[in-house]
Amino acid sequence: MNIQPFSLLVASLCGYVIGAAGSLLFMRREKLANVFSFGVASLSALGGLLAALAFLSAGPGAAVSKIDLLPSFIPYIQFTVRLDPLGAFFLLIVSLLGVALSIYSLGYARGFYGRKNVGVLGAFFNLLLLATTVVFLAGNAFFFLIAWEIMALTAYCLVSFEHEKVETRNAGVLFFIMSHVGTGCLILGFLLLFQASGSYDFDGFHLLGDTMSPGKRDAAFLLFLAGFGVKAGIVPLHIWLPAAHPVAPSNVSALMSGVIIKTGIYGMTRVLFDFLGTPPNWWGVTVLSIGTVSAVLGVLYALMEHDLKRLLAYHSIENIGIILMGLGASLMFLHSGHAVLASLALIAGLYHTINHAVFKALLFLGAGAVLHATHTRNMEEMGGLAKRMRWTAFFFLVGAVAISALPPLNGFVSEWLTYQSLLQGFGTTTSLVRIMFPISGAMLALTGALAAACFVKAFGITFLAQPRSDHAANAHEASFTMLLGQGILTVACVFLGLFPSIFLKWLDPVTQQLSGQQISAQLSAANGLALSNTAAQGGTVSMLGLALLGLSLLAAPLVLWLLFSTRAKIRRGPTWDCGLRGLTPQMEYTATGFSKPIRMIFKALFRPRREVQREYDFSPYFTTTLRFESHVEEVFQTRIYRPLNRLVLGASRRLRALQAGSIQAYLIYIFITLLLLLLFAL
Amino acid sequence: MNFDALNILLQTILLMLLAPLLSGCIRNWKAKLQNRRGARIWQPYSDLIKFFRKDMVISEHASWIFSYAPYVVFITALVAGLLVPMITVQAPMSLFGDVLALVGLLALGRFFLALGGLDPGSAFGGMGSSREMTIAAIAEPAMMLAIFTVAISAGSTDISHIVQVAQSPAWKVLNPTHVMAFAALFIVLLAETGRIPVDNPSTHLELTMIHEAMLLEYSGRYLALMEWGASIKQLVLMTLLVNIFFPIGMATDTTPAALGIGALVYAGKLILIAAAVVVVETTNAKLRLFRVPDLLGAAFVLGALALLSTFLFQ
Repeated sequence: MNIQPFSLLVASLCGYVIGAAGSLLFMRREKLANVFSFGVASLSALGGLLAALAFLSAGPGAAVSKIDLLPSFIPYIQFTVRLDPLGAFFLLIVSLLGVALSIYSLGYARGFYGRKNVGVLGAFFNLLLLATTVVFLAGNAFFFLIAWEIMALTAYCLVSFEHEKVETRNAGVLFFIMSHVGTGCLILGFLLLFQASGSYDFDGFHLLGDTMSPGKRDAAFLLFLAGFGVKAGIVPLHIWLPAAHPVAPSNVSALMSGVIIKTGIYGMTRVLFDFLGTPPNWWGVTVLSIGTVSAVLGVLYALMEHDLKRLLAYHSIENIGIILMGLGASLMFLHSGHAVLASLALIAGLYHTINHAVFKALLFLGAGAVLHATHTRNMEEMGGLAKRMRWTAFFFLVGAVAISALPPLNGFVSEWLTYQSLLQGFGTTTSLVRIMFPISGAMLALTGALAAACFVKAFGITFLAQPRSDHAANAHEASFTMLLGQGILTVACVFLGLFPSIFLKWLDPVTQQLSGQQISAQLSAANGLALSNTAAQGGTVSMLGLALLGLSLLAAPLVLWLLFSTRAKIRRGPTWDCGLRGLTPQMEYTATGFSKPIRMIFKALFRPRREVQREYDFSPYFTTTLRFESHVEEVFQTRIYRPLNRLVLGASRRLRALQAGSIQAYLIYIFITLLLLLLFAL
Repeated sequence: MNFDALNILLQTILLMLLAPLLSGCIRNWKAKLQNRRGARIWQPYSDLIKFFRKDMVISEHASWIFSYAPYVVFITALVAGLLVPMITVQAPMSLFGDVLALVGLLALGRFFLALGGLDPGSAFGGMGSSREMTIAAIAEPAMMLAIFTVAISAGSTDISHIVQVAQSPAWKVLNPTHVMAFAALFIVLLAETGRIPVDNPSTHLELTMIHEAMLLEYSGRYLALMEWGASIKQLVLMTLLVNIFFPIGMATDTTPAALGIGALVYAGKLILIAAAVVVVETTNAKLRLFRVPDLLGAAFVLGALALLSTFLFQ
């Protein structure tokens, strides 16, 4: 029975390979390449999705299956694919998004006809899905790193897909460099683990940390935190993320923000909960603090953006922060021996992982549809799209409500679980460290409220009021496949919001594997209608109940309407213009204006620079021309990366003296190195 | 189950009927305190009925969001109200949501209110939305800290359970922790309900409006729903404040005597907190927009102190 999901999985992996090969083969005929590559990708992803669902719904008893994909003749390296609960959970995420994004791409790639090579896009898309899936399933550190590198390289190629633009090339290079700094840390980390276990098999790494010396264990923790942190986009290692995600084609942006940064979360969960054993307290404290800082700074910088896709990219940093708050709290509970609470916090983090994948992909697809229709990412040139792109507007609104953590959608459910675990954390210890829990909770509240402000801006400026440019005025609704892709993710948002108890059952195997507890039964109240916070007499919440209650209360306005206003008429008229001759789009609030109060309040962080040039004839009240510029630059860019950059360049300039071009000098270098190595070996 | 349905219906009607009266009282007393005669306390009811009867003018720039927003604002306030115990200690719908859900529902209403303000494309609406979301964002952490303090001392986020714990003799009303948390929540209440010194509910000076600016393009029954929703939200927040911190006299069973006492005490508590708001509104001037963060920052510090003081007094 349990061989079935696994064979489905192997078939899906082969499917991606066929999809990649086929789209290269049909490169010259773009329509065929488009249908073939994305069609095969969606079917392969569907296979992966079914495999993950079958595995997770079978409950905690399901056996872990393993297979060697390719024969290997090199010692230590096995190409092992392994399906275990944690891997299956992430397989679920990548496959669900794979289905929706592939269907969306069928329509989206048409925009590249005649301009770019759709076959290459399709091939890299399939390869990226393949590599990401393998990252989640690899059972050997070498195989993991190989898949990790293929993923980084294909992602680089896709980021640079529109390489005619300078911005795109720079972003690609930045991504490439940061990604490899991260991989370097990972290699060192895995070497430390290898030293302790003598093999590169993940099976051999299980709870390895308990047998390692504390110093090496802490070093491994820091290396993995930095290595996976770069990929996840934690502050301050995030600088590549807002540069690289926006410039990629939108279907790839959705995949990168939805899944690829989650490989960092997967890695941290795998290493911290599976490999490194019972954590010391400061690990949890570190992860929780990094999470809190990333969440708040991510959303604050998102508010300053008026580039729709950059705004979404900054929100990914925020949400990674929220996920890490759950994981960090869970580590602290594992340390203090509260296994049920550890599972609760872990579930909060993992639930937010899939939620963020779903709604962020949905929002990026919406942004892609808008970009497709208006040919700009600048929100100041949009507006009025709700009337011209009704369905896209609706889907984007659902995503916006979900990411702002508002009931009754999925974002609220996972943030509720995070709040509950933070609140209960207060009672687990008597040391002053416990004050961290409510403070992080308050910062989570700040993050949520700022996210709501940001998405009122993102939705309001993009979709409401009058169009601010001709492009926006002539916008058209996206094609059917593009809407279908968004629709699938919208349904997923609603399902994860209204029916959490069904989904939480699928998480039982994962928490059983990582913290030895299954708590889905404790989390459900009123026959699964409501979520409980595991404590007796604790809080309960039911999104389905609230939604139904709200719908039935609609009777009240209906009755009032019947009583009083059946004779009232509705008239359309212009918006009040203070007696001017008509309102123009120029008079509307802008995205920059909308976030001005926040920019002023957090002035110390943003350090906004503004330049105003005005010319007037006789009185400053009658300006003839006005030029206004406002800049916000990230404090990390100016304080960390720019000095670092200068340092590296200066050092290499000085080291250049060594490379004089004389062969005798080089021979001496080689000789000295050899001597030193021999001395070291003694 | 039968009783539950009745309970829900009664509380819904109570929320809808009491909210305009509370607004009317505050307005009337404020006028009295400022040596004006003021409108009758029943005036808001007449206003609402008049709005419902009137024709509507909807901006031609607005989309479907504009028409759905009033319903969302009204319904979320009402659902939030059903999560709060008013006269009895058990709220009718406490299974469906705790205090975090209440905050979330009010935030959902605010989200659509702000979108409704942006939709017609007028600069006033945009200004109102921008300021409303900003103030809400800095009020939220203070509110959460105060709520956490109470939730931690009660060991639950379920409002009915918090109120029941507060009934026990071990709960001290004048515990410094609770006093500071109450002060923090009171400041947040002023901000959330658009009161002086944060916003002026009776202003028509364009540059100082926040809440009114977002409603500028609404008319007819949409305006009625918006105004009514805002007053229900005010009632819900005030009820939350008085019943969490002063749960005296609430009915623990459903005998007529207990319910009668509960209703009287509830009315008394509402009158007191409304009077406090009236005094604050009359004795203070509206703050400049960029001074508001200082006030809410003070609320945040109070909340944090309340939390820290749990170390000292427990």
